[in-house]
Amino acid sequence: MSDPLLDLRDIRKTFPSDTGAVRVLDGVSLQLNAGETLALTGESGSGKSTLLHLSGGLDQPDSGQVVLEGQDIATLDDSARALVRRQRVGLIFQQFNLVPSLNVGANIALQARLAGRHDADFTATLAARLGLSDMLTRYPEQLSGGQQQRVAIARALAPRPALILADEPTGNLDEETGDSVLTLLLDLVSETGAGLLLVTHSPRLADRLSRRAHLSRGQLEV
Amino acid sequence: MLYTALLTLLSHWKRHPGQFVMLALGLALATALWSGVQAINAEARAAYDRAAATLGQDQLSRLERADGQPIDLADYIALRAAGYLVSPVILGDIRGPDGHLRILGVDPLTTPAEAQGPTLDGTFNLAAFFTHPGLLLVSQDTANGALPNDLPPLQITDNIPPATAITDISTAARLLGQENPSYLLVAANQPHNLPPITQATTLTLRAPQSTSDIARLTDSFHLNLSAFGFLSFGVGLFIVHAAIGLAFEQRRAMVRTLRALGTPLRTILMALSLELAVIALIAGTIGVALGYLIAAALMPGVAGTLRGLYGAEIEGILRFNPSWAISGLLITFLGTAAAAIQVMIRTARMPLLAPAMPRAWAQASGRMIRLQAYAALALFALAALLALVGQGLIAAFACLAALLIGAALGLPALMTGALSLIRPKGAFAEWVVADTRQQIPGLSLALMALLLALAANIGVSTMVGSFRHTFLGWLDQRLTSELYVTAPSSAEAAALMQILAPDVDAILPIVSAEMRLFDRPAEIFGVLDHPTYRQAWPLLSAAPNAWDQLATGDAVLVNEQLSRRENLRVGDIIDIADGLPIVGIYSDYGNPNGQAITSLSHFLETFPNILPHRFAIRITPEEAPALATRLRDEFGLPPNAVTNQAQVKAFSIAVFEQTFRVTGALNILTLGVAGIALLTSLLTLANLRLPQLAPIWAIGTSRATLAGLEMARSLALATLTFLLALPVGLALAWVLLTLVNVEAFGWRLPMRVFPTDWLSLFALALLAAGLAALGPTLRLARMPPARLTQVFAQER
Repeated sequence: MSDPLLDLRDIRKTFPSDTGAVRVLDGVSLQLNAGETLALTGESGSGKSTLLHLSGGLDQPDSGQVVLEGQDIATLDDSARALVRRQRVGLIFQQFNLVPSLNVGANIALQARLAGRHDADFTATLAARLGLSDMLTRYPEQLSGGQQQRVAIARALAPRPALILADEPTGNLDEETGDSVLTLLLDLVSETGAGLLLVTHSPRLADRLSRRAHLSRGQLEV
Repeated sequence: MLYTALLTLLSHWKRHPGQFVMLALGLALATALWSGVQAINAEARAAYDRAAATLGQDQLSRLERADGQPIDLADYIALRAAGYLVSPVILGDIRGPDGHLRILGVDPLTTPAEAQGPTLDGTFNLAAFFTHPGLLLVSQDTANGALPNDLPPLQITDNIPPATAITDISTAARLLGQENPSYLLVAANQPHNLPPITQATTLTLRAPQSTSDIARLTDSFHLNLSAFGFLSFGVGLFIVHAAIGLAFEQRRAMVRTLRALGTPLRTILMALSLELAVIALIAGTIGVALGYLIAAALMPGVAGTLRGLYGAEIEGILRFNPSWAISGLLITFLGTAAAAIQVMIRTARMPLLAPAMPRAWAQASGRMIRLQAYAALALFALAALLALVGQGLIAAFACLAALLIGAALGLPALMTGALSLIRPKGAFAEWVVADTRQQIPGLSLALMALLLALAANIGVSTMVGSFRHTFLGWLDQRLTSELYVTAPSSAEAAALMQILAPDVDAILPIVSAEMRLFDRPAEIFGVLDHPTYRQAWPLLSAAPNAWDQLATGDAVLVNEQLSRRENLRVGDIIDIADGLPIVGIYSDYGNPNGQAITSLSHFLETFPNILPHRFAIRITPEEAPALATRLRDEFGLPPNAVTNQAQVKAFSIAVFEQTFRVTGALNILTLGVAGIALLTSLLTLANLRLPQLAPIWAIGTSRATLAGLEMARSLALATLTFLLALPVGLALAWVLLTLVNVEAFGWRLPMRVFPTDWLSLFALALLAAGLAALGPTLRLARMPPARLTQVFAQER
């Protein structure tokens, strides 16, 4: 069997607080294969987002390994982790985090350009698949929440990353819009063969992914 | 990647063009005021250098008498006969009713080759130069200006300083009534077989002057201008800092997103630096161009100031000089870097995953305000120390800087302290005070800029007002005679005096000679013993019976400048004639040079060649106009040769006003820049304050009430700033009058306060604050509710 796309090994993470260090992740191990979709659920403060951030190299664990495509990215310095994110990870946030001063077209192409992998045809195809073709010259503030999240999905997929990390991508959307956005995301992930790690509160949404893991008090209940 | 990151950052300005304009405007204004002042200084210094280089004075040594008097022809002839290569020069001023001209008489046949003369073209008439009535070589500007009457023909020539004419030595001798050379130019290469020239003569050998007396005299004026330019530049940088801070705050999420998408921090910092460099280049270029226009507009005023204060002649036009343009651009880059350094550090330290902190850049922590307050106290202590023990102009300016920076740094703590004293009643009032306190860190930079501008305005206007008040009183004392008459020659003057004597109360000759005292240019006057002087002459300190001693011819009075500069006191002996005791020190505002007064008889003994051709006439005031008419009609004196007291006073006051016109203009410009700084900060806060205002609106406060409150708050903060600027401005005036003026000009003035001026400045400050707050206030009053509800939808 081939190596997993993402291999989290005995991850521990604490954050300082006024009342002392708070252990958020306590020995979490998890694997995700290419083409696989994994829903990460758990109550608020269970460490879901922290685990997602560690998986994408946005933060570093206190101990443990974060192995992405065979490389432990937890030991890399800031610049090297930035390179990993640019080339191999697509990020989708609950708040969309689009650049307000760039139009939709420029927002979709942003990460691909940063990564030096901009493919205008592929970007156009993504925009068309996500129903954004008529909105390329609009600015984020002129879009609805669902439209903004579709732009964020397109931006994450445009550089063809191996791993997609989505943090409550439908959290700001109504149920119907959230469903359609997730459908599009799952379809596109499936077509590109990427792995998807998605954080959600919703058991209903989690059921639509191929696998589910539950975090509770910093530990994994698979 | 860098290119994409840069384009992404730059896209912000495309969406916020007003903000870009504000940033560029702040930077351009700051650069304009700085480079304008530098352009003026560079132009003036170039003019001094040109004057210093006239006839190779910057390269050739000269021989002169130690007392500054003309050289005996016999001394010159002896040196030439011995084989020394020396050339005579006669130097002197012709003063007429309308203007004056410096005459430089040279002997072209003996002038050393190093003394490069004026550029002569094909129209130069050599015969006319050497023969009667002679030819005066002058610049085009001099020819266009007011000149004394009855001059020989003029020939326009390049490379001649303003208000100066070069002519043959015989023409100069006739025009100035002086046969003997003022000094001898010494050729650099003397015959080898001769001993050093100092062994062959008792004359004093002076080394070439790389810097002219005028350049040294005016150093303080140019330092003053530079200090003002720097203050304006500093105030301008507050705008830049506020605009860059706003852009940083608005792009905080963008930077986080860029980093999350894999852009290394180094690349983002590099892109930010490139972006700022581009902006600095654009704004700096505009600023240098604006500076050129400001300098060109102020240049005639500066020329008038330099002429009025120092007798320095510079042309009132500006030439483009790449050196100040480059230095202007350079300081724009440095200023931008200084204004942006905080943002760069914050960007570098911003954690990738930190929760959003709206207005974090604006909210200086309590610890920072305390630190600033401690720094302010330390700076005040330094200012006090410098005021007490510091010496020299640099120490005086350092004292000013410590005072101003200390006041600016202490402002947030003082404001917070003042607000904490307010005990509001009711929930809404409590919110208003708490909210105002929360605004102070964000507004503090703009308020500091306003404080600096207001304090500078109060300080400078108090100084100018004190000066004006003292000067007018001093003029009343000095100009007691009813009429002042200038005769065409000393012979005609003597005849006039004889004819007029029976009809007037007194005729007081005005006679003076230029000399060197303590190796600097000085002037000595001879005065008649008369109650006019005894009763009115403004003595600052005097020996008992000072006027009696002066009348005997065995004593002198010296002006305040000379006394302060050379640390002379009543009773000291001064090196005039065989040494005379000082019996009094008099105020002499507006004169840059040392001056001494001796009795008329002593003067005429010492300077037998100088005879009076100007005199003051005492007569009952009612009879003065008739006498003036008689002098013009019967004796054929030109209209301007007879002036009454009021005319002389009006002229003196006009010179005075001209002197401070440049300062006034810079003052207003600085206040304008501070107003823009306030506007920038209010715009910044208006954009960032919605999350705080929206809940208050939602729980039942109308937009109009909130807008009115914003306006009232701006006016209240401007009022508080003004109240704090008042003591700072007065302290500034004290330093200017007591330290800077004494060091720069050599005189000390009593300080007076002008509360009515403060009221008009207060109104101006309120107007600036009101105008700055108007836009954001109106926008808030008209803001669609949807924009306010968006705050809740987007709350993170």
